[in-house]
Amino acid sequence: MTGATGTNDPAARLTGLVRALRGHGIPIGPAETVDAAAVAGALGFADRERLREGLAAAVLRSSTQRTVFDPVFDLFFPLGVGRPEAAREQAAAPDVEELRARLAEALASGDRTALARLAGEAVDALGRYGSAPGSDGFSAHQALGRLQPETLLARVLAGLGRDSAGTGSAGAAFTDRLEADEVRRRIREFRARVGTEARRRVAELRGTERIAARAVAPTVDQLDFLTAGREQLAELRRAVQPLARKLATRLAARRRRAARGQLDLRRTLRRSLSTGGVPLRPAYRQRRPGKPDLVLLCDVSGSVAGFSDFTVLLVRAISEQFGRVRVFAFVNRTAEVTHLLTGPSAAPAGAARRILTEAKVAGYHGSSDYGAALRQFADEHLTAVGPRTAVLVLGDARTNGFDPDTDALRRIAAAARRVHWLNPEPPSQWGSGDSAALAYAQVVPMHPCRNARRLTALASRLLPV
Amino acid sequence: MGELHTGFFGSVDEVVERLAKAGYLASQAVATTVFLADRLGKPLLVEGPAGVGKTELAKAVAAVADARLVRLQCYEGIDESRALYEWNHAKQLLRITAGRDGGWDAARTDVFGEEFLLPRPLLTAIRNDGPTVLLVDETDKADLEVEALLLEVLGDFQVTVPELGTIRAARRPFVLLTSNATRELSEALRRRCLFLHLGFPDAELEERIVRLRVPGLDAALAASLVRVVNALRAMDLRKAPSVAETVDWARTLLALGADRLDEEVVRTSLGVVLKHQEDIVRAAEKLTPA
Repeated sequence: MTGATGTNDPAARLTGLVRALRGHGIPIGPAETVDAAAVAGALGFADRERLREGLAAAVLRSSTQRTVFDPVFDLFFPLGVGRPEAAREQAAAPDVEELRARLAEALASGDRTALARLAGEAVDALGRYGSAPGSDGFSAHQALGRLQPETLLARVLAGLGRDSAGTGSAGAAFTDRLEADEVRRRIREFRARVGTEARRRVAELRGTERIAARAVAPTVDQLDFLTAGREQLAELRRAVQPLARKLATRLAARRRRAARGQLDLRRTLRRSLSTGGVPLRPAYRQRRPGKPDLVLLCDVSGSVAGFSDFTVLLVRAISEQFGRVRVFAFVNRTAEVTHLLTGPSAAPAGAARRILTEAKVAGYHGSSDYGAALRQFADEHLTAVGPRTAVLVLGDARTNGFDPDTDALRRIAAAARRVHWLNPEPPSQWGSGDSAALAYAQVVPMHPCRNARRLTALASRLLPV
Repeated sequence: MGELHTGFFGSVDEVVERLAKAGYLASQAVATTVFLADRLGKPLLVEGPAGVGKTELAKAVAAVADARLVRLQCYEGIDESRALYEWNHAKQLLRITAGRDGGWDAARTDVFGEEFLLPRPLLTAIRNDGPTVLLVDETDKADLEVEALLLEVLGDFQVTVPELGTIRAARRPFVLLTSNATRELSEALRRRCLFLHLGFPDAELEERIVRLRVPGLDAALAASLVRVVNALRAMDLRKAPSVAETVDWARTLLALGADRLDEEVVRTSLGVVLKHQEDIVRAAEKLTPA
């Protein structure tokens, strides 16, 4: 056996696991490592799922970290070694059709153990690539490409339909409607299992630590806005509420501290009269709790959709903290979209889609034009910006060759208290191609902001109190 | 200092079995972490959406361990005198007035004695000689200052009363903190605890929970109920239904005398599981298309 999984020293495995988790940005101190060892001591290594839960309890601090922890755990404490049991029992490798038939059956019944076994067999039979040692491996993508579990949906449903037609009651017909969604969920689970299995087999060939560092998806808050897929964005959306709440508490605490004013000597002395001239209760000069204004100006074009969608949601969620938040969206025309985002009826999901369909943010063409958008904002909406307003501009500053019109931005900056620009692209790409980021960065401070973690950190720093 | 662990349970299986007898069906994760918290003597921080049984877990542990349940319900503005201890000022004043002639020294030593101390939940849990379960409920609702207060209790299982000195736990309580994650708890607090995220149970477990809680319900109906609830959770709703709502729904169906789940029943009783009008509208559209 090659690779780090070959080692059977539990301490080495634990420390390897901790190192890999740290590498993914989960802060784990020595105390937690000791806890993890104590956990392993108390539980033993016999029951893998128990060990998984126990170690998670010892080293994790939030539920979002589970998405990283589980695959890393699977690598360091693999379900088995080498070919899966089921694949070894059989003389001949199963062909695609046979696997598909068994998969359809397992999907219909929702049998988890069967699905897990099938994932192992599928990777073993269909996922192997390469022939020379060193270049060969296992690919979940290839296994799934040949197996095509999605195309089984109709077959599974047809099979189930026959069964429920036999019982023939209306009650069954009602829950039958849920069946398609349920099977789809099972297929997604199966895909994830195949991924885990492929990673495990590759880790045996190449060494656990390397695979753990590369092949594990990041936690939600570290997902890159620009490259995140549709499903990952949905996950981000779900993460928005807790993130926003955290941010809101942090801002509220800051405001509380800032509100603690200076000593009011006159009122302290007057109060002291009732205690015989001893100033027992000092009085403080209270500041007026003025809530600051925030104006958000965001690019909602397709190229940065994930980014602006997410940012708008975050701002919507913390908007209770602010007296007035106004949101303007643009592609090449600017329109106010505050009414689409606030209020009890505005559902967080699909906010971006609603903006695109209901607000006039695009003119006769669909690509973003920062110059025109900024100019229109400066011409028509500058009344929204006052000397106490903070303005956040969100976008990648890619002008598609149009005039960037930095003067318009300058006019906005002159009216506002502060203007910050958040750019989802890394600074190395600023100014390349049609990006006017560098030109804008000379007018207002521009911050790279690629993932939710960075956005939260920036927001808590930049938002006015 | 007493024992390092509370010693309620011998093994993970025992946790599952005994909690089940007390009416709490524990998942693998729950049973394992409860066992570890018991064995390692560390507080257990349980985070998760409302209504999945965080508080119930503490009650069940107390019940099976035959322990006294001491509950500290946190809220915004809770302070030391509500969480830890307080001096009984009125009684102190009475004592001083009653013993006017005793002199200053006698009065001073007197009024800061045990008799005038009002123990609040944390001190109560520390001082209790028998087996104790300390439940710090909705920790995230309390202010940061209270977290600092908790640290001494959670880390060293002791409470310091300036006039009396440090009071150490005669016997380590089983500590369970719950949080809905409305506020980020401090790193220091998290480090002292084992962490458990209690999410929605899988379908099979939830079915068992429903049938345990609502014994009169037909098995097939319970199964389809759980399926519908899971479908609701998969929708993008403002407030996904929790286990508590599933159980409520089961009771409602029982009360309505429904023997199966059809469009009509779902449409009329959706308000039991969903708490926002917009969620109800959306779910009704999806589940019972016209």
